[in-house]
Amino acid sequence: MNEIELLNWARGPGLAYATAIMFFGLTLRVIEILSLGRPEELAEVRDSGVRDGWMMILKRSLPEVKHWKYITASYIFHIGLLVVIFFFIPHTHLFRDVFGIFWGGWPNYIIDFFTVLSIAAMLYTLVARFYDPSRRILSKMSDYLAWLVTFLPLVTGYMAFHRLGFDYTTMLAVHILSVELLMIAIPVSKLTHVVTFTMARWYTGSNQGRRGVRS
Amino acid sequence: MSTSFQQGITVLKKVIDAPIAAYFSSCTSCGLCAQACIFYTETGNPKYTPIRRVEPMRRIWEQEFTLVGKAKKLLGLSKPVTEQDLRDTVELAFESCTTCGRCSMVCPAGNDIVYMIRRMREGLTAAGLAPKSLQAAAVRTIEKGSVMGFPLKTLESMIQAAEKETGIKINVDEPNVDYLLLLSSAEVMQFNEIIGALAQIFKEAGVTWTFSSEAYEAGNPGMHMGASEVEAQMINRIVKAAEQLHIKNVISPECGHAYMAIRWEGPNVIGRPYPFKVFHIIEVLDKLRAEGRLKTTGLEDERITFHDPCQAARRGGVNEPQRNLLNMVTSNFIEMEDNRSCNWCCGGGGGMNTIESAEPLVRKVFNRKKKQIDELDVTTVVTMCATCRNTLEEGIEENNMNVEVLGLTELLANHLLKEKKS
Amino acid sequence: MTKNNNLLAGELERLGISRRTFLKFCTSIGSVMALSPAQAAVMAEKLVTVKRQSVIWLSFQECTGCTESITRSHKPSLESLIFDFVSLDYHHTLQAASGHAAEQAREQAMHDNKGKYILIVDGSIPIKDDGVYSTIAGMTNLDMLQQVAKDAAAIVAVGSCATFGGLPKAAPNPTGAVSVADIIHDKPIINIPGCPPIPVVMTGVLAHVLTFGIPELDGMGRPKAFYGDSIHDRCYRRPYYDRGQFAKSFDDEGARKGWCLYELGCKGPVTHNACATIKWNNGTSFPIESGHGCIGCSEPDFWDAGGFYKALSTGTSNPGQWASAALAAGAAAGLASAYLNKSSKADAEKEHQPVTIEDMGGKS
Repeated sequence: MNEIELLNWARGPGLAYATAIMFFGLTLRVIEILSLGRPEELAEVRDSGVRDGWMMILKRSLPEVKHWKYITASYIFHIGLLVVIFFFIPHTHLFRDVFGIFWGGWPNYIIDFFTVLSIAAMLYTLVARFYDPSRRILSKMSDYLAWLVTFLPLVTGYMAFHRLGFDYTTMLAVHILSVELLMIAIPVSKLTHVVTFTMARWYTGSNQGRRGVRS
Repeated sequence: MSTSFQQGITVLKKVIDAPIAAYFSSCTSCGLCAQACIFYTETGNPKYTPIRRVEPMRRIWEQEFTLVGKAKKLLGLSKPVTEQDLRDTVELAFESCTTCGRCSMVCPAGNDIVYMIRRMREGLTAAGLAPKSLQAAAVRTIEKGSVMGFPLKTLESMIQAAEKETGIKINVDEPNVDYLLLLSSAEVMQFNEIIGALAQIFKEAGVTWTFSSEAYEAGNPGMHMGASEVEAQMINRIVKAAEQLHIKNVISPECGHAYMAIRWEGPNVIGRPYPFKVFHIIEVLDKLRAEGRLKTTGLEDERITFHDPCQAARRGGVNEPQRNLLNMVTSNFIEMEDNRSCNWCCGGGGGMNTIESAEPLVRKVFNRKKKQIDELDVTTVVTMCATCRNTLEEGIEENNMNVEVLGLTELLANHLLKEKKS
Repeated sequence: MTKNNNLLAGELERLGISRRTFLKFCTSIGSVMALSPAQAAVMAEKLVTVKRQSVIWLSFQECTGCTESITRSHKPSLESLIFDFVSLDYHHTLQAASGHAAEQAREQAMHDNKGKYILIVDGSIPIKDDGVYSTIAGMTNLDMLQQVAKDAAAIVAVGSCATFGGLPKAAPNPTGAVSVADIIHDKPIINIPGCPPIPVVMTGVLAHVLTFGIPELDGMGRPKAFYGDSIHDRCYRRPYYDRGQFAKSFDDEGARKGWCLYELGCKGPVTHNACATIKWNNGTSFPIESGHGCIGCSEPDFWDAGGFYKALSTGTSNPGQWASAALAAGAAAGLASAYLNKSSKADAEKEHQPVTIEDMGGKS
């Protein structure tokens, strides 16, 4: 298979299968979670907790500044990753194709900046995961693999755009394949959190709200 | 004997619900929960990282309730939970955790880790692994009527002493009054001045109230262990008494876990809503203050701070009433830097004070509280939980700190404006 | 007739081309092929000794666009000179003969120049249903290719059809169209893709073959001199790409300002050809300069790469539809899992024995 055939496969069947697996898997997991039900609340609640549930989804994203040493790299990585994925102009075309909605992208030099920041932040979190005692004791192979499948698209995307590594056609194919790998990994690893974090935050916010601890 | 390893697994399966599944799906092993847990911050030992306390439950969730997990099991890629795994978790779920809930406050994924730890305790108890001292406390509570094992007679003599001192008649088993008062064992045995204090406050406020000879203990070791049926047994005793006396409002005393048990968990473990309301004593006093029925005189002008008991404040929702009341009787009230639902645990709750082997750890983690108090240079720490009071006092003594510990009700009683003649 | 009649030197003499002019031609073609000045001089010396080369041109399942392109040299150049100099012994469009006479001429040339003639092929070769979809003189293209290739010195596949299968290969490929390299495996093949290829690319490669032999080829058999760079790497609009300035529709402000055409589907980044440097119509322009994105016509499968107007970053397989289908399938699987979960929990409820005070050593 030559490089253009690899690229066409990645853009064609590869993307189709990866998209299917990701959507299939995430839908399955969400329904699985909901199927376990939530026991009825029989105590007299101070509030229905519904608004607190929704507010918690937003509020838990606000940083707790006293923990800055532990959270800064993660914020940089997450924000950077979201900016790069959703606002790089070529990506906006992919989303229009898949979802039918289109939004304007941002200039390449901004995306470039965030990509470098994200890569640096990810390298930091990898080292920290190894050296911070609580993270180290928690980490299993699946945590390191999840890091890797998230790191590869960032790095290969950067390399492709800047014409580093293999020739562009191959590098682009590798980048797209690495994204497909990430898509397949999402439903079968802790990366499900990209969707389920909203559910976790909602339940907690709602429980708290019922008790009168407002979000 | 109906406890067994298999029952432990069965119970863990039973308690896993949608929130817990969402939590396990969203945990990214970021370790931030450790930064909020006194058992990690004060010892530096990463084994106390909160999410680790529920690892066996996570494995059961994955293997039993997800298709991917079931597939992994078929492929031999998952480790089944063993009896040793459960044994190893006892230390983490019972002997180094006060269920204070700070971990739940910081988790970026929004996981309520303490919600999971409580259910992990249920599984361990069903496996017969609950700490012996908690089991003994539960037995005392059911057989003798109180957590510390004193009989009704002891309470009766305390009541008589209070009546004599205050000149106020204190009811027992009086029907159709405003409130049924419960007490925690620690209050009866160590801080029994609260009985007289409340008698005076309620007299001035024109509140009618009673004890029940059938149900005077608010403490609930059943809840600490996660033995739902035993917890329900203790709650039902109170419910029956309240129903028999036609009580519309039950007061949970200055205790953290008692409030959680009777106010929030109670209806859910007995399986039906109450025909009455439940309030923390401080909520009641704040209501009286708002209605102008609680009048005080004089102000403490020394530097005073407040310690929020975890189960009442952060987990129970009583965050403001105590401050309204404090502001009535102090002119120099200083908040701890982390206050209200962000306050730090004293280290003694969740059953820890009952487990003797945990004492060195309880003393050690008090350092966090010490830091909070030292920062403020106060003479007095006020709180609204007897267990917290005990833990604070012991920690302060061991560290040779020049700080007094007071209960809030006691403080209010000291400043009560008495207009009514006895 | 001079004794040099059969050599290019003789042809030059016949055409009255001075040595000086000849050297100028050599230098210009040398620079087009990125040869050094020294090599240009060597080319000049060797070229005069080039013999009249027998060339057989087979046209299979094609549109004749490659022939049209190669004959579009307006100004005399060394390449057109050499092209005119070769003995084009068989070419459907350009030959005078037809019918049996044409086939006979072909067979004669094959016999006279056995092992030495160059075979040029344009058009794809259909192989489905025993190759009936394209025949010449009753012989399938497949058979003719194999026959003629047997004694050829080298094969030059001209145009995207011969090199990669071309438009006839587009899904569902009803004729079973394939490329030359899919059929012939034992002869050196030079691929000159393009739809059509640039004229000077075709003649330049031929000139190189005649003088220096087969040029350096890339992994797809394309001469690196012409196919080594991508359009994107030589595109004059590159600064706009780098700055992120893109035309969003064909007549908007960006398009009129000559901004990058990535969002309008330009495949320049993954297309290798000389369009951005040599350009078309003797250096007049090329598609991007005219305001239309590169369609990638010198790359395999450009016809099935998802559409000329969809950006390179989009999927070609309609991922949106797959996502919807997967959501539905996931929901079904979810319901199945939900059923299993509920029955698992029901079992746990049934098996559960309440922990009582007796279990703790007490009495109720």
